[in-house]
Amino acid sequence: MIADRIEQEILIAAPPEVVWELVTDPEHVGAWFGDAAEIDLRPGGDAALTWEGHGTFLARLERVEPPRFFSFRWARPKDTPPAEGNSTLVEFSLSAEGDGTRLRVVESGFAALAVPEDEKAQRFADNTEGWNIELGHLRDYAAQAGSR
Amino acid sequence: MERSGTDVLWAAVADPTRRRLLDVLLARGEASATTLAAELPVTRQGIAKHLAVLDRAGLVEARRQGREVLYSVRPVELDAATRWMAQVAAEWDARLRTIKRLAEARHNRKDG
Repeated sequence: MIADRIEQEILIAAPPEVVWELVTDPEHVGAWFGDAAEIDLRPGGDAALTWEGHGTFLARLERVEPPRFFSFRWARPKDTPPAEGNSTLVEFSLSAEGDGTRLRVVESGFAALAVPEDEKAQRFADNTEGWNIELGHLRDYAAQAGSR
Repeated sequence: MERSGTDVLWAAVADPTRRRLLDVLLARGEASATTLAAELPVTRQGIAKHLAVLDRAGLVEARRQGREVLYSVRPVELDAATRWMAQVAAEWDARLRTIKRLAEARHNRKDG
């Protein structure tokens, strides 16, 4: 059912060099991933991906091996550099197949994302029902404590 | 793009031990940490830690019965995690399709 990685692939009728450009050139990346991209194309280079209305998400490039392999680690929430516990790894591999290219993408590392330790940070913002129950408990608890 | 809430959910279920724990809970309906420790190759202490993570993500709920605490799965949250995973997969599929379209258009232009 739920795994730590997502894999997708597609066969493209263009050589790896053309696909590589699409996958790594910021001008092209802005066309398929977010609305604008800045990429310092080298291992350890920084990247920024902007979605209009959502903000800018930061990434760090890991492997840059034209035209075969490209990977980066991107962070959530926005405006935050990738670090342990806040990022997933995205890996693109390109392999020549006939006159075309098989492009494969893997996003992994969801299990390593940190779950907040703070009990008050439990649930998430959109789980209002959960919060209401929590607050209800707290109110009951406070009333009990006050009546002693 | 607002992933942080669902990330917590996913992080909680992406761990293989926690997935097995959820499977056992789903099969049994309800179980205590001691029962779960007997069924899985994890210490009771380890089980308690994993249950805490699942609880913080809203995936399980606890109920006290006598001296025991019984845990059960909150299916709505589990469904949300599954749906979200499918959505992320669909997003990557859409991106790959866009790359294909752009790459093929560019290649054909070069040829022509």
